[in-house]
Amino acid sequence: MISISGLLGQAFAIALALVLAPLLSGWVGQCRAWFQSRTAPPLLLPYYQLQKLFHKDVVLAHGASSLFRSAPFVVFGCMVLACAIIPSLSTDLPLAPAADALALVGVFGLARIFISLAAMDVGTSFGSLGGRREMLVGFLAEPALLMVIFTLAMIAQSTSLPTIVETLAHRELVIYPSLAFAGIAFTFVSFAENARVPVDNPATHLELTMIHEAMILEYSGRHLALIEWAASLKLYAYSCLGLALFFPWGIAAGDNFLALVAAIPLLLLKLAIGGAFLAGIETVNAKMRIFRAPEFLGTAFMLAVLGLLVRMLLEARV
Amino acid sequence: MDFFVLMLVIPLVSGALLTVVGERDWAPNLNVIASLGTFAAAVGLTVEIVANGPRFAFGEQFFIDSLNVFFVALTAFVGLTTSIFSGPYMRNEREHGKLSAPRLRLYKSMYQLFMFTMLAALTTNNLGLLWVAMEAATLTTVLLVSLYRTPASLEAAWKYFILCGVGIAQALFGTILLYFAAERVLGESGNALLWTHLIDVKGQLEPTIMALSFIFLLVGYGTKVGLAPLHNWLPDAHAEGPTPVSAVLSGLLLNVALYAILRCKVLADGALPSGFAGNLMIGFGLFTLLVAAFFLSRQRDVKRMFAYSSIEHMGLITFAFGMGGPVANFAGLLHMTMHSLTKSAIFFAVGHATQKTGTQLMENISGLIKINPLIGWGLMLGTLAILGMPPFGVFASEFMILTHAMKHFPWATPILLLALGVAFAAIFGKVQPMVFGETEARRLPHAPAITPVFLHLGIVLMLGLYIPPYLTRWFHEAARMLG
Amino acid sequence: MNAAIPFSAQLINLFAAVILLLAFAMLAQRRMPALVNLFALQGLTLCLATLVAAVTTGQAHLYWSAALTLVLKALVLPWILHRLVKKLNVKGEVEALINIPTTMLVGIVLVMIAFNVALPISELSHTITRGTLGIALAVVMLAFLMMITRQKAITQVVGFLSMENGLFLAATSATYGMPMVVELGIALDVLVGVIILGVFFFQIRDQFDSLDIRHMERLKDN
Repeated sequence: MISISGLLGQAFAIALALVLAPLLSGWVGQCRAWFQSRTAPPLLLPYYQLQKLFHKDVVLAHGASSLFRSAPFVVFGCMVLACAIIPSLSTDLPLAPAADALALVGVFGLARIFISLAAMDVGTSFGSLGGRREMLVGFLAEPALLMVIFTLAMIAQSTSLPTIVETLAHRELVIYPSLAFAGIAFTFVSFAENARVPVDNPATHLELTMIHEAMILEYSGRHLALIEWAASLKLYAYSCLGLALFFPWGIAAGDNFLALVAAIPLLLLKLAIGGAFLAGIETVNAKMRIFRAPEFLGTAFMLAVLGLLVRMLLEARV
Repeated sequence: MDFFVLMLVIPLVSGALLTVVGERDWAPNLNVIASLGTFAAAVGLTVEIVANGPRFAFGEQFFIDSLNVFFVALTAFVGLTTSIFSGPYMRNEREHGKLSAPRLRLYKSMYQLFMFTMLAALTTNNLGLLWVAMEAATLTTVLLVSLYRTPASLEAAWKYFILCGVGIAQALFGTILLYFAAERVLGESGNALLWTHLIDVKGQLEPTIMALSFIFLLVGYGTKVGLAPLHNWLPDAHAEGPTPVSAVLSGLLLNVALYAILRCKVLADGALPSGFAGNLMIGFGLFTLLVAAFFLSRQRDVKRMFAYSSIEHMGLITFAFGMGGPVANFAGLLHMTMHSLTKSAIFFAVGHATQKTGTQLMENISGLIKINPLIGWGLMLGTLAILGMPPFGVFASEFMILTHAMKHFPWATPILLLALGVAFAAIFGKVQPMVFGETEARRLPHAPAITPVFLHLGIVLMLGLYIPPYLTRWFHEAARMLG
Repeated sequence: MNAAIPFSAQLINLFAAVILLLAFAMLAQRRMPALVNLFALQGLTLCLATLVAAVTTGQAHLYWSAALTLVLKALVLPWILHRLVKKLNVKGEVEALINIPTTMLVGIVLVMIAFNVALPISELSHTITRGTLGIALAVVMLAFLMMITRQKAITQVVGFLSMENGLFLAATSATYGMPMVVELGIALDVLVGVIILGVFFFQIRDQFDSLDIRHMERLKDN
């Protein structure tokens, strides 16, 4: 049965996600600036931007349909749901039965469809450009992500995220090459999905090189605020997912509110390190040309399949 | 004196020596003398084995028995005659400006080293060392194929290296699997790769592993034998390399590779009594035969045509050994000997012909009888021999193979007859205008050495009419050992 | 399931997985010096795997094997190849026969085939490294794929040597290596082969002014 503490815990996790996501984006921006020897923008800049955008009026194009107006809400809702079912603090929350890894991929896919359709809705050329590129990246990233999940599901004998996280947190320290392959593949996929260098530069102003930014050129006001927030939530979700799957130590196993709170500092620390790592990779690499993106993601897919095969050959028989 | 050690040391030492002095005028003579020495040692070894039975050398790493001793003698003999042929031939090439001094040195030294590797491959008891020697044989001849440095010869040498390299890698995997199967029975001593030990326990080797191992070994060494579909390197290497190299490749290397397969087949047959190994060889043999016969008819270059003829005969021999049994094995061994002698004789004659006319395209060669009757008749008789006309020895072995096939594998007989017929028509139709007709070819600076041609053909003729009893006994013994 | 694997076997499995990964990386690599470095890395990993096997099983000749691999495959051969690349002034790879993502997919299929073929054999082995036989066969097949789909002569040679690496791993994993005399012979063959190839490359370059093997596809049955 759903207990009060469970509900509170779930709400707390969602609230934490909403609050921390822009902070994570800000932190990544800071690290990037540091690595590039620039003066960093303020850490809380994303909050100020959101606040500014919420106060502004929405300007809609003439041909914008209801899809265009509702897409930001749908996308935001999907991302909140994703953050809710990813076990970032605890594995025993009320939404846990719904937290199937395949459902997670489906939720991300839903968000992707809506944003791409909305981008093409107004009929500008940049919108369709962004939408098609997003679909190209997504079409290749999703199978790779699924393969990673299959590998982990084989280790945990289940596709339920909390079960996977618990199994991986409590096994003995064994070197699993398949996990290494899956981890690298997951990193590639998250770079592609979150529109980071080397797939897409989030700070670019050159429309012809954009993927994610090109889709949201027409948005303004609170719609844009919701989409930006959803983007940072997506980054937060992927980071928590990666940490939960590959570095699951410290995640509370039970329903205990205190254990939940105790898990927070560790989560913050892991997110900080992850953000710095992300910024480091972005600094070292250059954005690749769009037609190389399939190669990049093909490599990710191949690594994930390799992880699966290595798991089946080396580890599951002996 | 130890004939075996002598037989191995002479080519090794002369190979090293010729690296330094290979371009001198008397170098070809040194080559011939070294080959003569090797042949003498081989004959001595043969007599010793026939009299005293099989023996070991260098601990148990080398083993000479009735199967390989006559191959050893044959190899040394063809090596000798080829060196006699190659003396004036290479002199002529040098006069024509196709070769320089360093390349002559390379040629002579690699020739002797090649003989060394082949003799080592034939006599080793250790299947791993067999692999090493086969690979070394490929390596020594790669640079020989590209000796003329034309684009075509470089391409031929590259294909040769890569295809045979890949093939030999498969053979290595097969050897590893064989070692794996052997180790389970013989333990982890170094004996697990020794053929003499393996033959004792061949019934206990794990069937699955042996089947897999034999497949890889057949494909791997089969690449070097020229079995289709891995034969692509053969026509190019024969056509673009110097003629003596073509002669030893066709006459000797193919035989040694097939010998390697045979040694492994004996082991595989012990582990897989269902005849799996034999069936594989029959399949490959027939396929090779068909492919070669049909490609033969499309050739315009004389050396390429005879290269395809080598492939065809190797297919036939593989088919014969695949059938198994005393008669087929006897026929196979006989055919290997006949083919070796005849094909090298043909290449000698062809080499002289192409040197005289300056071209390898058959449509541009004609009237050989008029230029030099000996070359013309040599080529004609050699062609008749290789096509299986009586009374040459090739007829006897082909006849035996055909009759055995008709009795035990009747479905294969039409394929055999078709392939042999197509080859006959093609080769005869192309050689006949080459030998007869009008011509305007030039004189050669150095008189060609015709003796080897007729020496080989004479032996083939003699063996077609009458096989000496000790030879028959050897063939029977070896055939029996092959199972 | 996981407690049954001793730590040394886990380590060897890890090294084998790295070797497989390097084989894929070589398939995707376009630049020559980087390709040679990947090959050297593969040799080094191979040596480490052999060393772990040597320490665990106490077989003396495995130490010599590891040393031989280190000297030959991680040091001497890459050095020769680097010198060749520099002297021949080989530029990077031209576009491969089939594009890289397709090559990767074909590679995955080959890996699956290799694993299936090796499964019955590994069942029968008693070494601690038997799980890696499938990986060894997969490396051999990937190297073969690299040889088929690439256009530069040096890439084909690196593919050939990588195939040799895979075979060595197969020998080590199935039977703790071959007898020492055979391994020495194989090493000698490989070394001489690369030297001869070096000479050969100069001949090719002199004739064709490039090491692109598409110049060498003229010989046909005419």
